[in-house]
Formats: sequence, C-alpha cells, structure tokens
Amino acid sequence: MSLDIHFQVKESVLCIRLTGELDHHSAETLRQKVTNYLETEDIRHIVLNLADLTFMDSSGLGVILGRYKEIKQLGGEMVVCAISPAVNRLFDMSGLFKIIRMESSEQTALQTLGVAS
Amino acid sequence: MNLTFSALSQNESFARVTVAAFIAQLDPTLDELTEIKTVVSEAVTNSIIHGYDGNPDGKVHIEVTLDDHVVYLTIRDEGMGITDLEEARQPLFTTKPDLERSGMGFTIMENFMDDVMIDSSPEMGTTIRLTKHLSKSKALCN
Repeated sequence: MSLDIHFQVKESVLCIRLTGELDHHSAETLRQKVTNYLETEDIRHIVLNLADLTFMDSSGLGVILGRYKEIKQLGGEMVVCAISPAVNRLFDMSGLFKIIRMESSEQTALQTLGVAS
Repeated sequence: MNLTFSALSQNESFARVTVAAFIAQLDPTLDELTEIKTVVSEAVTNSIIHGYDGNPDGKVHIEVTLDDHVVYLTIRDEGMGITDLEEARQPLFTTKPDLERSGMGFTIMENFMDDVMIDSSPEMGTTIRLTKHLSKSKALCN
C-alpha cells in the first residue's frame, strides 16, 4: 500500500491529509509536494491530518520535522491532528511533541490557527 | 523463513508486510504486529540508505524464525557497514541529516523489541538480530 496525499488550502493554511503508509519510499514524494506548495502558494501554517495514516516509521518523523522547519522559517506553525496511538508512540519517543503542537481534530486545529472551517 | 530482495525503497513495504504475514500464525496482538512491521521498516531502510547508499544492486536478506512465542528476526546487508556503533545507537544521531533522516531507527528497534544485537564491520556489511517475546495472555483468555 502506498501513500495518498490530499491538499486543501484554507485561507493561509495548507491542510495535508495522508492516507496509507508513510515510510522512506513515500516520504520523498511528500517532501517534494509540500515544498512545492510552500514555494508557489501564499502559505503561513500547516495542518497535518493523520487520521487515515495506517503505518509510519522514523522516515515519517524525519519528513514531518523537515516540513516543521520549513514552515517555521516562514514564520508559521505546524499542527498535527488525529494521530493514532502507534504514531503517538513514535512522536513521544523522538520528542517531536515538544516542538509540534497536536490537536484532536482538523477542525480544532484550524480554529486554533484562526481559520473558521 | 528467508527473504532476499534488491535494495530499493519500494521493497520496504513488501518486506514488512511479508514478515507480518509470516508472524501472523502466532496470533500476535495488533500492537505487536505494528511494532514488528516498524522495526523491519527501520532496519531495511538503514540497509538501503546507509548500507548501500542507495545503490539498488545491493541485496537485503531477512530471516525469521519462530519458536513458541518468540520471534527471531535477522536483517542483513553486505553494504559498507557502520563505523561507530555507539554513535549510531544514540537517539537522533544521523550521518545523513541532509536526507531528513530522524536518527531514530535504532532507538525504535530497542524500544519495540526485547533484544537488539548489531554486528557490523566496514565493507563487510551489517547484521541486525532482533528478538521479541509475544504475549500469551490472549490465548489464556480464550
């Protein structure tokens, strides 16, 4: 199973919804697509929705951290939402929660960024 | 069970799904299955990125042995080996930060498995031996 990446821009927020498996193979595609969005559109913040992510490993941590750094450079914020207990363990282990905010749903995440969904 | 495949990133998914399918006969919990799939992914990715530096001519070998409720998993490559094992096992350490590697591979293996043994020598390759005891509680509940 591969990774399906869905984008939606709401005001200045780029919503990324991932379906499937995020590993070393699919991480590269995700990196390219998000970077391309940040370069061509007027994006300030990222909301990453992992509700339908069925598998993730440390390559996923790497690509998420990479995008966090990218949006931070633009003066924005990254919010991750709807993560599974398995992904939660990886986030915990790597200390990613210390720098990346988590919200229970995409709607809440958008609200905290000042976007009415 | 023995499995050998080319060091291509598209084979990472194949490797973890195949190992998980083999282990399914022990009736592991979903958590245990996820942990095993994750460590297979970590070790195979390490072989592809670090062992063979992206060269698809390299081969990755996986051996799985089941003994009662214990899973013995060996993942081996004939790549360039790890020069400093102590350093490689440190959380967040990576030799390839430019490739957005998180440096969490070995930390995840150590957290998800009961025993992790790394045998590596320069130009000879790396062999990782992982052991996991599966819970038997489910069988007792039935």
